[in-house]
Amino acid sequence: MADNLPSEFDVVVIGTGLPESIIAAACSRSGQRVLHVDSRNYYGGNWASFSFSGLSSWIKENQQKTDISEESEDWRKLILETEEAICLNKKDKTIQNVEDVCYASQDLAEDVKEAGALPNLPDFEASETSEAAQESEKECLPVESQSLGTASCEISSERIIGNDPGSTTERKDAEMTSERENLCDVTSDQSPLETGKTETISTTEAAALEPKKITYTQIVKEGRRFNIDLVSKLLYSRGLLIDLLMKSNVSRYAEFKNVTRILTFQEERVEQVPCSRADVFNSKQLTMVEKRMLMKFLTFCLDYEQHPDAYQDYKEYKFSEYLKTQKLTAKLQHFILHSIAMVSAADSNTIEGLKATKNFLQCLGRYGNTPFLFPLYGQGEIPQCFCRMCAVFGGIYCLRHSVQCLVVDKESGRCKAIIDHFGQRINANYFVVEDSYLSEETCTDVCYRQISRAVLITDQSVLKTDSDQQISILIVPPMELGQPAVRIIELCSSTMTCMKNTYLVHFTSSSTKTAKEDLEPVVQKLFTLNAETERESKNGGLEKPRVLWAVYFNMRDSSGIDRNSYDHLPSNVYVCSGPDSALGNDYAVKQAETLFQEMFPNEEFCPSPPNPEDIIYDGDGTPPEDPRFSNSSNMKTEPLSEESSDENSYKISEEHHKE
Amino acid sequence: MHGRLKVKTTEEQAKAKRLEREKKLRQYIAVTTAIFEKRKAGQLDKEALELTNQILGANPDFATLWNFRREIFLHLEKEGSPEEMQALCQGELSFLETCLRVNPKSYGTWHHRCWVMGHVPHPDWARELELCAKFLESDDRNFHCWDYRRFVVLRAQVQAEDELRFTDGLITRNFSNYSSWHYRSRLLPHLHPDPRQPGRPTEAVLLTELQLVQNAFFTDPNDQSAWFYHRWLLGRANPEPTFLCIYVSRDDASLVVAFSQPVGVMPGSDDLILFVDEAPVVVVWHTPDGRNRPGHVWLCDLPASALNDQWPQHSFRVHWAGGETQKECVLFQGCRDCWCRDSVIEEQVFRCELSVEKSTLLQSELESCKELQALEPENKWCLLTIILLMWALDPLVYERETLHYFDTLKAVDPMRSAYLDDLRSRFLVENGILRMEYAEARVVDLSGRGLTILCHLEQLLLITHLNLAGNRLRRLPPTLAALRCLQVLELDGNQIETMEGLPPLPHLEELSLCSNRVQRPADLRPLASFPRLRLLALQDNPVGSLPTAQSELAALLPQVEVTLA
Repeated sequence: MADNLPSEFDVVVIGTGLPESIIAAACSRSGQRVLHVDSRNYYGGNWASFSFSGLSSWIKENQQKTDISEESEDWRKLILETEEAICLNKKDKTIQNVEDVCYASQDLAEDVKEAGALPNLPDFEASETSEAAQESEKECLPVESQSLGTASCEISSERIIGNDPGSTTERKDAEMTSERENLCDVTSDQSPLETGKTETISTTEAAALEPKKITYTQIVKEGRRFNIDLVSKLLYSRGLLIDLLMKSNVSRYAEFKNVTRILTFQEERVEQVPCSRADVFNSKQLTMVEKRMLMKFLTFCLDYEQHPDAYQDYKEYKFSEYLKTQKLTAKLQHFILHSIAMVSAADSNTIEGLKATKNFLQCLGRYGNTPFLFPLYGQGEIPQCFCRMCAVFGGIYCLRHSVQCLVVDKESGRCKAIIDHFGQRINANYFVVEDSYLSEETCTDVCYRQISRAVLITDQSVLKTDSDQQISILIVPPMELGQPAVRIIELCSSTMTCMKNTYLVHFTSSSTKTAKEDLEPVVQKLFTLNAETERESKNGGLEKPRVLWAVYFNMRDSSGIDRNSYDHLPSNVYVCSGPDSALGNDYAVKQAETLFQEMFPNEEFCPSPPNPEDIIYDGDGTPPEDPRFSNSSNMKTEPLSEESSDENSYKISEEHHKE
Repeated sequence: MHGRLKVKTTEEQAKAKRLEREKKLRQYIAVTTAIFEKRKAGQLDKEALELTNQILGANPDFATLWNFRREIFLHLEKEGSPEEMQALCQGELSFLETCLRVNPKSYGTWHHRCWVMGHVPHPDWARELELCAKFLESDDRNFHCWDYRRFVVLRAQVQAEDELRFTDGLITRNFSNYSSWHYRSRLLPHLHPDPRQPGRPTEAVLLTELQLVQNAFFTDPNDQSAWFYHRWLLGRANPEPTFLCIYVSRDDASLVVAFSQPVGVMPGSDDLILFVDEAPVVVVWHTPDGRNRPGHVWLCDLPASALNDQWPQHSFRVHWAGGETQKECVLFQGCRDCWCRDSVIEEQVFRCELSVEKSTLLQSELESCKELQALEPENKWCLLTIILLMWALDPLVYERETLHYFDTLKAVDPMRSAYLDDLRSRFLVENGILRMEYAEARVVDLSGRGLTILCHLEQLLLITHLNLAGNRLRRLPPTLAALRCLQVLELDGNQIETMEGLPPLPHLEELSLCSNRVQRPADLRPLASFPRLRLLALQDNPVGSLPTAQSELAALLPQVEVTLA
């Protein structure tokens, strides 16, 4: 297929993480010819989400210390006298200290497989050759890489056939139909999922009586129900990413659920933080006076800039110190510092704290009683949505497509082309490269920070309520000074990221040591690690949820790096960071917009797609199908729609609540 | 640049839009004309339904067309089978739903839905409740939907418990919801009636409700909805009218009764019956001002036979509302008058805004409000509630404190200062009356209180001497005529301009109006009909500078000694 790839593009994007995908979409939207490649066989890079087996493969791959086999250096022939090559990385080194532990009982026979498992990494592919297996793989293809997978490569081959510049309409047509097919795939894929659901319901009823033990076998079997994010983030409902999703109409490709609870860990107990007006009103844990104090302070924070005299004298103070000067009880100070402002007690000053609190409060009530949204099927959906938009406007996608080097013109110092692993030379004007693709030589002067991550599969929520479908965020303040706070996001099965009767718990902190050293103490505070011990604590206090399975790893945080610290990069090569440790996605969006504006200062960044009626089509050709970008002003949730499939998940497009 | 979508320019867009609009308008007019022609021709058929469908779908506020549809429905109801009618109504209901999405606050649409639900052979009330729930979810203050919901609840006979739970849900989601709070005030007395106070819920319920509503006003003290509900919780049932006082005067040959609340006495009705010496007497009841509007005080002229001084005594008894409440007094030989009056207990004299029976409840409410006030010193709702609570608890003990809160409240809420002045006046008048009661005197001193209005005058039926000097009164209310025994009235240092509208006070002898704003002698004309007025002090009034004042007044009030300077 790669033989068919055109050799001329406007923009080549290497890496399919969030910022790269946004840039690819923006470029494609503004009419650039975009080639978007990723050396991995999945979308998203370190922003990806995996099924259980997918993650297992990922773990194995990152634990192996594979030697880089010296490949042929044939491609060097393609470089002219007047040019030089900047080699790119052969092996991703952003993930370290990967350690997975299984706590659930492992009564499994060796060969238990994920139902309809899709080989995630190429190594697996050869073994299973029976036709039936291949059939089923094809059917469920979109699950893993959610629709854009190899299909888009097929699109590109079709494109090339009709590469005559005059026949844009026709080309578009082909594209649209294949897009459609993809969509159909997604929907048809859901039907086995649905039936799966009903099956499990009967078992849950039984389980309601006594908590059901979930074995490792079950996890593996139900592995496709998991969508395990490598980075754990949420969308602030008034954050840059939501704005961008709405403005560009990419939001139509994703569904979201509101985070339902903000939790706090205080005096060895997990409690819910009341943060909206309705929460405060309904809260049983606050006294009347505390309710007033909290509301008063929060109301002040909403427009603190208007009352400078209230904080002017404390500007230089730490936010935690400032809170002490306000009329707030210790409990309220804890709520505000750790769960609302979510800033560090040790570092953040008053202004930072007030700003963070204001941001939190402004996001409240837009889609529900907490400020956050979580994308169904995992964070990994978001980069893919932008890729899809890029493809809709003509971008070409190739996964498992590594790039050997960038070709730089010695005289002008500009990058002219890339040479891919097939030895094809592809010319372009602009190159966008994700940090992890850059070789060690390029990055000698770069100093990276690290993120500590843990992902647990557990059997119960950290705070049980009547509903077992809660999405919670919990900040655990540092136990000792100098340590970072740990952010925990607990996902329930209705987020489509884990199987029934389990919870997926993400831990994130900036690293001081290895991920396990950083995070395990917090894990032990909240969970029982030994799944085999009977719950003996029936008499004493709250039962902790049990961990069934866990993985720890460190991920490189390449955000906030000055471009000049990369060695010898031509000016038309733009570097995107991998995921940062913050909760929101603002960094990635800001970076994408900045880089796009540097490349195309006169172009609008991801403008709203035009109304289909306003598109003028060349010649007399019938207009192509609605590119699924029509205005969606009537997407309001309609009263009494017959199928009330899932009341709490919705497309973002209109404000859901009138406040 | 290639590959880019070509989009129409704004000018082209505007033109296309304009043409589109014009086309739509032409269609609209054509269809509307067709509909009216059909109506004129009496064609009540499915085609007419289809046409009105088109217009109402776009503009559901076209009331005439809903009327026409009803005509068609009534016609089709006569012709078709119930099954056909059922299908027709069902279609109509789903059509109405789409109309409601166009405008969820359309009067015509909701009304038509009511009508259809009344005509559908097999109504599905559960579905209607669900529909209301959905609409209230998107706008919990949509009163059209609330109204319709009440209709549905009534017809579907939903249990009050379920309804209470429904309001629970709405309040949990957003407590700023007048409709829900009000609904609770209707449901609770029905679900947990207090046997002693009809129309009120039991105390246990009150306590949990107070807890709930406190949560609301501590969370957001500026939200009025909770305060209104709070006021209702602490209020009490409207008592039946009773007699405060009965007074018989031999000199005036009249009998006066004062009621605890305004009542109307229809001429010729037997609501209010007088028995003299145990025999009913036909009398003509009228109010002191002769207008016979509902009021506290009613009087009648007595026949000479009832006042015969040769007899050792005459008994007078009045009956109200078939004898449920009555009062009696006896006029002995040689007495000029007689009366019977209830001795006063403060909780009963005045029906305060807030007065549950348990003062402990009020006390604890007062404490939490003061706590809130410490945090929110400028919250007017909190201040007002504190005033009302102290007023209900013990107006005399808390008098100084209450007046202080009035001052604070006026400062934070200057927009309502006149209202607050009047409220404060009422408070002070009540306290003045209570003090008089304890002193068992017929003299009331309400001077220098900053009064802006006079009220509770029906309590002062027997007063002979009233001092209102140094207040801020602008005029005297017609209800002043309730003071049937008043002999001396001091009004120095007010802002009175006229006596216009004041009915005669039968026993008033001295009136002091120094330092007021009387401009012309004519403004005092009503005094001419005061039968016993002898002295009128008018020093320091604009009228004094009028050269002809003395002579004009002499002509106007020949019996009265007027002092102008």
